[in-house]
Amino acid sequence: MIAEAGHYALVLALTLALVQASVPLLGVRIGDSALMRVSGATAVAQFGFSLLAFGALTTAYVVSDFSVANVFENSHSLKPLVYKITGVWGNHEGSMLLWVLILALFSALVAIFGTNLPLTLQSLVLAVQGWVAAAFYLFILLTSNPFLRLADPPMEGRDLNPVLQDVGLAIHPPMLYLGYVGFSISFSFAIAALIEGRIDSAWARWVRPWTLLAWIFLTLGIAMGSYWAYYELGWGGWWFWDPVENASLMPWLAGTALLHSAVVMEKRNALKVWTVLLAILTFSLSLLGTFLVRSGVLTSVHAFATDPARGVFILVILCAFIGGGLSLYAWRASSLTQGGLFAPISREGALVLNNLFLTTACATVLVGTLYPLALETLTGDKISVGAPFFNLTFGPLFVPLLIAVPFGPLLAWKRGDLVAAAQRLLAAGVVALFVLALVLAWTKGGAVLAPLAIALAVFVIVGALTDLAEKIGLFRLKMPLSAARAVGLPRSTWGTAFAHAGLGVALLGIVCETTWNSERIVSMKPGDIVTVGGYEAKLVGLTQRQGPNYRERVARFSILSDGRIVGELSPSKRSFSARRSATTEAALLTRGVSQVYISLGEESQDGSIDARLYYKPLVLLIWLGAVLMAFGGILSLSDRRLRVGVPKPARGMRPMQPAE
Amino acid sequence: MTRKQRRLVLIGGALGVLAIAAALVLSALRDSIVFFSTPSMVAEKNIQPGQRFRLGGLVQSGSVKRGEKLQVTFVVTDGNRDLPVAFTGILPDLFREGQGVVSEGTLDTAGIFRADTVLAKHDETYMPKEVADALKKQGHWKTEAISSAPATDGAQTVDSKVQ
Repeated sequence: MIAEAGHYALVLALTLALVQASVPLLGVRIGDSALMRVSGATAVAQFGFSLLAFGALTTAYVVSDFSVANVFENSHSLKPLVYKITGVWGNHEGSMLLWVLILALFSALVAIFGTNLPLTLQSLVLAVQGWVAAAFYLFILLTSNPFLRLADPPMEGRDLNPVLQDVGLAIHPPMLYLGYVGFSISFSFAIAALIEGRIDSAWARWVRPWTLLAWIFLTLGIAMGSYWAYYELGWGGWWFWDPVENASLMPWLAGTALLHSAVVMEKRNALKVWTVLLAILTFSLSLLGTFLVRSGVLTSVHAFATDPARGVFILVILCAFIGGGLSLYAWRASSLTQGGLFAPISREGALVLNNLFLTTACATVLVGTLYPLALETLTGDKISVGAPFFNLTFGPLFVPLLIAVPFGPLLAWKRGDLVAAAQRLLAAGVVALFVLALVLAWTKGGAVLAPLAIALAVFVIVGALTDLAEKIGLFRLKMPLSAARAVGLPRSTWGTAFAHAGLGVALLGIVCETTWNSERIVSMKPGDIVTVGGYEAKLVGLTQRQGPNYRERVARFSILSDGRIVGELSPSKRSFSARRSATTEAALLTRGVSQVYISLGEESQDGSIDARLYYKPLVLLIWLGAVLMAFGGILSLSDRRLRVGVPKPARGMRPMQPAE
Repeated sequence: MTRKQRRLVLIGGALGVLAIAAALVLSALRDSIVFFSTPSMVAEKNIQPGQRFRLGGLVQSGSVKRGEKLQVTFVVTDGNRDLPVAFTGILPDLFREGQGVVSEGTLDTAGIFRADTVLAKHDETYMPKEVADALKKQGHWKTEAISSAPATDGAQTVDSKVQ
């Protein structure tokens, strides 16, 4: 009964989405505000029904109703409750349901909090959201219905893929989808602006918080996914330049560019046409990501069994929205008015540079990801493009961008002074050079590239702090005055500094981890000691343990530093009977921001066990940097000027602060 | 500067960056792509020792032998031809005899494939796409055993794992 209710709710949500997609358009066409207002009510109701559908599926999982095919295939009655719930989106059908649920959520948010938007703009935005939602409801109902029943229900389910039975599944996909799908709002705003043929800085002020919100979630989602892969897959890697990972990185790069170009548009009323294009492209890349992941056209280490028929359906959706969006852009973009002038050396110029490098880097990732597909279609050769390609293309493009990052906020709008900015960054440059010399002396003639990259990271971090120090007059003014200025500084300025510093922190972690991580792969017997990165790992013993739906072989290690025990690690290998499969559970010991990492391999007849031991210096900085970036985003989002729904204050009320 | 000059600077800069990116992409594509082969294709194409490629096929039943110090040898087959593979390290959890596998490395002079990576897959019913295609071509595709898997086993999401 509950499954049928869910199915019915989904059909109703589709109907509402169709109404939301068509009626407001008609209203805008004939100028009837009553028809336009339909969009808000339908958006909220549509969200309600998709929530009902999602709730129905979740209930089926929680009560282990194995007469529902989807539950039978992905759940098990003995599974802990949290994995029963996360299992809802741990499969294709359920995760698509989550996708549309979040889409509907965003539409409802625009309907509820967008009351200060001009009515025509709001109803057009919601209409476009309606089209996207309708396409995906159709996709679910026609190709991936999660509510299908089995004729004779089995007694027990086939369990969720063991790799997915982890808290990571509870956080990572929802976060990532909030990011992916959140960009649909920027897309809808862009399409609405093109339909209306009108766009101004107010438009950018409405779009920016939504883009920022999506970007924050996507940043955290990617970071979380990376950390999950790092500890769950047991091979100590945190980024593989895998198609599925690239699929999430591309919208992030484009979204980051969009955030920055929207600033130019909001403040200076320039780059309009470009910002609209970026908004379309960002969501297109999100759709492309969904397609790549769902269709399985690309081989990926993260790929699971996929169904080509669904891939074709998503490809059609993809072509319709990207093609439609870009055609509309080509047709209407010329009607948007030209913006203000600016010199190449200016804040605008710096942001254009940022956009140029981010989009180019994004394009190289796109080429690397799709090239194997193109080559196979054209010549039949099967190839893989791996990490070396991306390191050789993405890396060199990011270096100039990183050098430019500290300069941007120090340049004035319209016309900046590069020499003055360089002078202010002198301190940061000196610190960076000092660090460079220090690292070079410490590594004594090792690789030069790593110390240089570390110096760059330090430059970015100190540069971000310099901007703050300049704006609050630290060391220049008396302490209390500086403190007062710091309090009065717009939150978005703090946000910028945090996000930029986070970039440097992440780079620091990436460089240190890749350059100085040490790895030992050994076969050990109880009592054996292995040294890795200055720590000694002693295998104490092997035990057997019974979990709720698995059995595991646990190895206990003592970690010693200078002969003193600093921690215990218990990596294990779990075998799941329902799927006859195994997972490796790595164990991690955090020391500061570095980690000791152990994962297990096969056990031999003679009682020895294979183990991988890693020492990962400063590895946590990689994710800490991402968290800092997201925190910067949150600060910026909380800025009064951007707060959703707050009318903009009168000009005279603005504090006398340099903008941003 | 006039509007026209500014636009020229902008367009010139953009083209410059794009040109650099294109050069990087082309040079990287020449050096860092890896071709995929099955044992039959290795025999046909006469791949030279030392050239990196990805080898895909099924792990032949009964061929996995573990040696000293984490050394493992196994045979990869596509039904027509076999190729012995040597690997040192820990195999992924889902490495099984009779299952599909993709490994990356080079041939040595004795004709043994020295793999430095054996790819892990998250799903026990998952068959690497290249392997599936190659096996279909060779006529060794067990239709009911494997191709029905995606339909009955529910496609495991990828994004529910690592993106």
